[in-house]
Amino acid sequence: MAAFQEKPLGFFTDTSICIGCKACEVACKEWNQLEGNAPKFTADSFDNTGQLDAQNWRHVQFVEQVPDNTGLIPTPTPIAGGQAWLMMSDVCKHCKEASCLEVCPTNAIMRTEFDTVFIQSDVCNGCRNCISACPYGVIGFDEQKGVAQKCTLCYDRLQIGMQPACAKACPTESIKFGYVDDLHQVADQRLAALQQAGYKKAQLYGRDTKVYGGLNAFFLLMDKPEVYSLPNEANATLPSRNNLPGYVGGVATAVIGLIAGLVAFRNGRMNGNGPNNTRPHA
Amino acid sequence: MTGAEHFAAPPEWQWWILGYFFFGGLAGGSYALGTLLRFGGDPRDELAARIAFIASFIALIPCPIFLTVDLGQPLRFWHMLLDTGPDGGLAFKPWSPMSLGSWALLAFGLFSFVSFVGALAEGGQLRAASGLARALRGGAGLAWNAIGTVLGLFICAYTGVLLAVSNQAVWSDAAWALGGMFLASALAGATALLLFLGRSRRDVDADTAYRLEVADRYFVLLEALLIAIFLVTVAVAGTIAKVLGVWIVLWLVVLLGLAAPFLSARARTWPPLAAPLLALLGVLALRALVIFSAQT
Repeated sequence: MAAFQEKPLGFFTDTSICIGCKACEVACKEWNQLEGNAPKFTADSFDNTGQLDAQNWRHVQFVEQVPDNTGLIPTPTPIAGGQAWLMMSDVCKHCKEASCLEVCPTNAIMRTEFDTVFIQSDVCNGCRNCISACPYGVIGFDEQKGVAQKCTLCYDRLQIGMQPACAKACPTESIKFGYVDDLHQVADQRLAALQQAGYKKAQLYGRDTKVYGGLNAFFLLMDKPEVYSLPNEANATLPSRNNLPGYVGGVATAVIGLIAGLVAFRNGRMNGNGPNNTRPHA
Repeated sequence: MTGAEHFAAPPEWQWWILGYFFFGGLAGGSYALGTLLRFGGDPRDELAARIAFIASFIALIPCPIFLTVDLGQPLRFWHMLLDTGPDGGLAFKPWSPMSLGSWALLAFGLFSFVSFVGALAEGGQLRAASGLARALRGGAGLAWNAIGTVLGLFICAYTGVLLAVSNQAVWSDAAWALGGMFLASALAGATALLLFLGRSRRDVDADTAYRLEVADRYFVLLEALLIAIFLVTVAVAGTIAKVLGVWIVLWLVVLLGLAAPFLSARARTWPPLAAPLLALLGVLALRALVIFSAQT
């Protein structure tokens, strides 16, 4: 197999044709030897995975949008073009401007030659700062290994010219893998076709630079990003935005605090005492 | 106004981190108080200054231990300072508060330790270091203590900035307030600790204790102001519900800690150690509710 060129590689996940089979989850676990969490009943549609974490690097979301039917007489449910039950195979977005990479204090999180975001397990010390930073809740802490983990975009497979396991396994080609530039063209064509067919809410997420400088794993959504637990453009913010206000607030408080302390200590001296008539505490 | 949306997962920072935030704040705040007493106060304040420097270092000792134990791979604690990846060199990222804080903690440890030894020598408990004690007097001492104070105050504040530099609800919503709030709270806590120690020893000058009480009330007012700013900012972001609810109990402890210095000054019947103890509990409770509430 021919090795990939050192150009941005990624996923285009077309949620309009996802059938929720979870083959991607299984393939990911198989290849990456993820044991998975103990099975649980989530009471959330067909979802028994729950969330992306250290053991789940792909997670198929089931978003039920069946309209409330509170009347006594059943009424036909308006299933508008399959939008009543949305499915999306979620994954690390491999952001161009990655929050996790930004805050990682050990440089364990790095960008590969394929422009993907990769956690070096032998460097990570398990501080979990990346987990607090990732706006997508992608990264999880592996209790056994003591390190943070997430999708690697099958970095080991890429190095020998193989596509990621999830994309290989996807039976409907909802998960498409390739060079990001090529995937953009595929996505644009698909969006145009859907909109022409009347799916007005269809939109691309992460295709342009408005969300974290662009996502190497981007999506075609059938509704607003928030519906899929994805931050919209207004809320897609990098952690570093808070450095300046945080430190400014700290410095201002320090200056006021030091002045207050000096006033308290020097006033007592200038007055020649602090009232000696107060009770002796010491 | 539309509130902020958060989909970040909690980092599971729990008791070790709470312990670090508490003792780190006391260490940094005590150092700053020691410097203020030594160079801004009266010669009679010197004993209190020495106690502050000693308390600062003792409070600092558990900090790296707590931080290391909290890591998933504790033996890799040094990865915070040295880059073991392909690039090598130092792991220094000034835009990452955790990275900056790791270096600041190391540097502050040096300053706090030297001032601790100097304070012991000054008090006659470590005569071998009397030369160091002399060196820490005058201009050189002032410079040393000034740098140590900057580092100490940084330790107090950066923990709040570290929380803010994230995408977590509450933490990232209160960026303007968190660093300052933790710093003001650390100063109030350190003053309470010094009052507690001074009253326990009964040999600290009465005027010094009085001035510490005045300073304590100033710090508490500053802390209260910043808590108000914190609550307003999370309310505007639409995440205030996370810090209320069951956390009301901790808020009551915080309020009691804030009120204690004023109440004890008015009602002279309070036991001398009660107000400082309540204030310290309030400092702990404030950090606990900020850390835990955002992660639930």
